[in-house]
Amino acid sequence: MPIYEIVFYAFSLVMLAGAVMVITVRNPVYAALSLVLTFFSASAIWMLLEAEFLAIVLIVVYVGAVMVLFLFVVMMLDINVAPLKEGFIRYLPVGILVAVLMALELLALIWSKGRFEAGAYPLPAPHPEGYSNTKAIGEWLFTNYLLAFEVAGVILLVAIIAAVALTLRQRSGGHRQNPSLQVRVQRDERIRLVKMKPEPRQGS
Amino acid sequence: MLTLTHFLTLGALLFSLSVTGIFLNRKNVIILLMCIELMLLAVNMNFVAFSRFLGNLDGQVFVFFILTVAAAEAAIGLAILVVLFRNRQTINVTELDDLKG
Repeated sequence: MPIYEIVFYAFSLVMLAGAVMVITVRNPVYAALSLVLTFFSASAIWMLLEAEFLAIVLIVVYVGAVMVLFLFVVMMLDINVAPLKEGFIRYLPVGILVAVLMALELLALIWSKGRFEAGAYPLPAPHPEGYSNTKAIGEWLFTNYLLAFEVAGVILLVAIIAAVALTLRQRSGGHRQNPSLQVRVQRDERIRLVKMKPEPRQGS
Repeated sequence: MLTLTHFLTLGALLFSLSVTGIFLNRKNVIILLMCIELMLLAVNMNFVAFSRFLGNLDGQVFVFFILTVAAAEAAIGLAILVVLFRNRQTINVTELDDLKG
């Protein structure tokens, strides 16, 4: 089945190229767009691994929401990019050295002794027709991981409140209604009764 | 024949690239946040690969929770970034030394 290999290598190359562009391009907008490309390729590889639900969630939540949020913030802030890139060349050797060392360590661990080869981890048979990955994850999530699921919901709620509380600001000089004051208004604050003599009739 | 080694190698390379990104872009907070997202993606790749090859759904549920927490982290991080830019007119990390004694 060479089609699996072709799809895997094609999307892996696109994904790594996208990651390289994220860390090297000058403009943060291009970096965010490259990150979208990276997530898209990763989602295709997850499809290959038969994690269909997570692949769709990655596109909907990450590309659809988080990356749009990134782009929104990058475009809203008027950033002067030039001083942010200084030191790029200076740190390049150190960065590459650390990356190569880390990659070598990780790959040595993964590749040594054929630890993760087909002998130790054979590829399971594909799921039968009619198998729903979403349904399986849902059943797993709502039985074994129900408490963790609820906690995740609370975390999202806290994140919403924190984001709103951080960015909310009261503008000075704005005209806004205060319902509390409006309700508590007294009669004397609105009406003034004036005693005055009646005017004499005209022409008499 | 694709084996687990292929997917773990991909995750390791992606993780190394994002670490390099943190070294190279240490001035720009936005790119730093993006590099953290890349790291989480590399970790998630390993989780999904192990979940497939072990025939166990726990890994995918874990990825689900990681995505949730990462979304919350991105939202709060960007909110802090907006407030920071509003107060200081810059997101350069080297200029953020207010807490230095």
